[in-house]
Amino acid sequence: MEFSYDDEQVALREAVAGLLARAYGGDQRREVTATDPGFDEKTWGRLAEMGVLGLPFAESDGGMGAGPVEVSIVAEEIGRVLAPEPFIEAVVLAGGLVSDLGTDAQRAEVLGAVAEGSLIPAFAHTEPGSRWEPAALAVTATEDGGSWRLTGVKEPVPNGARADLLVVSALVGGATRLYLVQGDAEGLTRTGYRNHDGTRSAKVAFDGTPAQLLGDAAGDRTAAIEKALARARVAYGHEALGAMETALTTTSEYLKTRKQFGVTLNKFQALTFRAADMYVSLELARSTVMWATLVVDADGDVVAAADRARLQTSRASRHIGKEAIQLHGGIGMTAEYKVGHYTSRLTAIDHLLGDGDWALSRLAAGVTEYETVDPLA
Amino acid sequence: MRLQLSPEDQAFREEMRAFFTSAVPQSIRDTVAARRELTKDQLVESQRVLNAAGLAVPHWPVEWGGRGWTPLQRHIWHEEMMAACVPPPLAFNATMIGPVIAAFGNQQQKERFLPPTANMDIWWCQGFSEPDAGSDLASLRTTAVRDGDHWVVNGQKTWTTLGQYADWIFCLARTDPTAEKRQRGISLLLFPMDTPGVTLRPIELIDGGREVNEVFFEDVVVPAENLVGEENQGWGIAKFLLGNERVGVAPVAMIKRLMAQAKQHAAEITVGGAPLSADPLLAARIAELENEVLALELTAIRVVANSADGKPHPASSVLKLRGTELQQAATELLVDIAGPASVASFAGEDSDVPGWARVATPSYLNYRKASIYGGSNEVQRTIIAGSILGL
Repeated sequence: MEFSYDDEQVALREAVAGLLARAYGGDQRREVTATDPGFDEKTWGRLAEMGVLGLPFAESDGGMGAGPVEVSIVAEEIGRVLAPEPFIEAVVLAGGLVSDLGTDAQRAEVLGAVAEGSLIPAFAHTEPGSRWEPAALAVTATEDGGSWRLTGVKEPVPNGARADLLVVSALVGGATRLYLVQGDAEGLTRTGYRNHDGTRSAKVAFDGTPAQLLGDAAGDRTAAIEKALARARVAYGHEALGAMETALTTTSEYLKTRKQFGVTLNKFQALTFRAADMYVSLELARSTVMWATLVVDADGDVVAAADRARLQTSRASRHIGKEAIQLHGGIGMTAEYKVGHYTSRLTAIDHLLGDGDWALSRLAAGVTEYETVDPLA
Repeated sequence: MRLQLSPEDQAFREEMRAFFTSAVPQSIRDTVAARRELTKDQLVESQRVLNAAGLAVPHWPVEWGGRGWTPLQRHIWHEEMMAACVPPPLAFNATMIGPVIAAFGNQQQKERFLPPTANMDIWWCQGFSEPDAGSDLASLRTTAVRDGDHWVVNGQKTWTTLGQYADWIFCLARTDPTAEKRQRGISLLLFPMDTPGVTLRPIELIDGGREVNEVFFEDVVVPAENLVGEENQGWGIAKFLLGNERVGVAPVAMIKRLMAQAKQHAAEITVGGAPLSADPLLAARIAELENEVLALELTAIRVVANSADGKPHPASSVLKLRGTELQQAATELLVDIAGPASVASFAGEDSDVPGWARVATPSYLNYRKASIYGGSNEVQRTIIAGSILGL
């Protein structure tokens, strides 16, 4: 087992970090997230030029043929500056499903355009009343003379209003299948809004909306969705690592400069010990999330590894997010200061694809089935 | 970045596993598995089996029995040893005074001490802590005064683990009481425990055991040649000794063994017609603990794999802190699974309380020590806050 990055991966990190530092090094994020679509189209275009938006797709599909380690590097740098660009939502999750399941024609049509930055897809899966299940709940698909139509409501759909293409899960009989719906399809109503962390979601209503089956195989796609969600959970884990690291360094800097009672706050052991505990949480989460990415890379038990990463990241991000505000004091509550936004984003990440207790419940259900967890096996 | 071990490391792991599960006497491994106390003879025998196979001191310089392994191989060696319930080489010999003599001793000291230290022909104990010098070790007051070709040592040490078995002690003493910085006036001396003027008094602990001692020195005469390194260089040596070990800082394999035992016992206990292991709260507690142990193990691997250039990875400070916390959590879990039987610690032969339940609470109480020794967890937080976060 080996946890170091090669030279190309280090160069990728530096390039992405440099691009995002120019975009979000100052106060730009508040401005960008104040208006729709909640991210910066120019920055999205620059990420496309750098090849970042095609990283995980096969070269034959117009991508870069890179792996989950490269994806994890981008996600960390996004988290570090809280860049609101929907990289995980559009590329890793929605693009990943097309890459996994799409026909040759669908992959050729969608993935190259995603990589170029000219097409942004979103995965419309969560429904009112659903709670992180891989199956669709009430949105249905019906076949009508060889073409498909969808009916029902998906909400909240991350980046659902801006998306040019929706990958939608829907029930046919008892099975969950996946469909592609164009953003300008008839019978599609999208109502976008702002999330607490500045990103965007939408209510997406289908009313006999024409759709194209993703892939050509019949049958249930629940397992494929579960696996794609697992990969996205791991990628979000890296985004959270980047965000947690900035939250901790910002807090440490503040403790060194803020004065009360005539001394800087780092003279108070009650505060420095809590910062030390934040570091412990961060490093333990980092190890678990990096390992989960290696499991994805090796195509091992991705779902279980993602659950483990999710649990560790959930605990760490709550710990670090809450303490970052508390150790700052009042300034941490203000929208003008950055640290509270990190807590808000970490809280969103924690609930997008399953929180810590959700992951723990899944892990606990299988705990008697093995003797020990052996990551070297 | 790679998930799997390399084929060489995988083969190395299998070789270690095969050795540890076959060469060390089963009775010794059973004693460890049952969490019973090992006798002096068992500990000596076990280390001699390892030493004969070149597996007692692999991290020492090659000319003194080291193997020149990679840090990851040393990690695998340690974890496989612990997983097989093999007692690790005595820390006082293998990870403390041995590396110190190899690094700071003169040629004569190396030849005299290193082979018997590796083979347990000398059992060492540690003379560091004193009643008024715990976490603040530099405030130690035991003195060594030079008198011709020997030192005269007076004072008291405490928390001397297994001092009752020890042949020799490595002892920090103040040799320059006038030094401007108190750290600068300390030296490291070696002397036999049967030197006239050395007396030892056991300390009974809350688990009923007597593994630690007070050691008193009254005009103990130590030959000048038994000074290690330079006079007044002892503090630097002590820091080397305490920071020397990178492998096994977090007792991962031991915690995993305890967790596996806990799961097995929970499956065997029936509550209201169902196994205790089916209780959702207990299952969640076990699953969460297992996940934290996984995070710890991965961090340990990350740290050893990235400390090949000799410098410790910044995250290594996490290992002692979290490792001891999780070790304590696992011992606590076993007490809770034992439930009402957990009070019957010293039940007699006709008792129906199984051995693991009897030993559960004394072990839990005993391991409260883990977050205190080797630099208390508060000292670890101070290190993280200061050295890593710059606070």
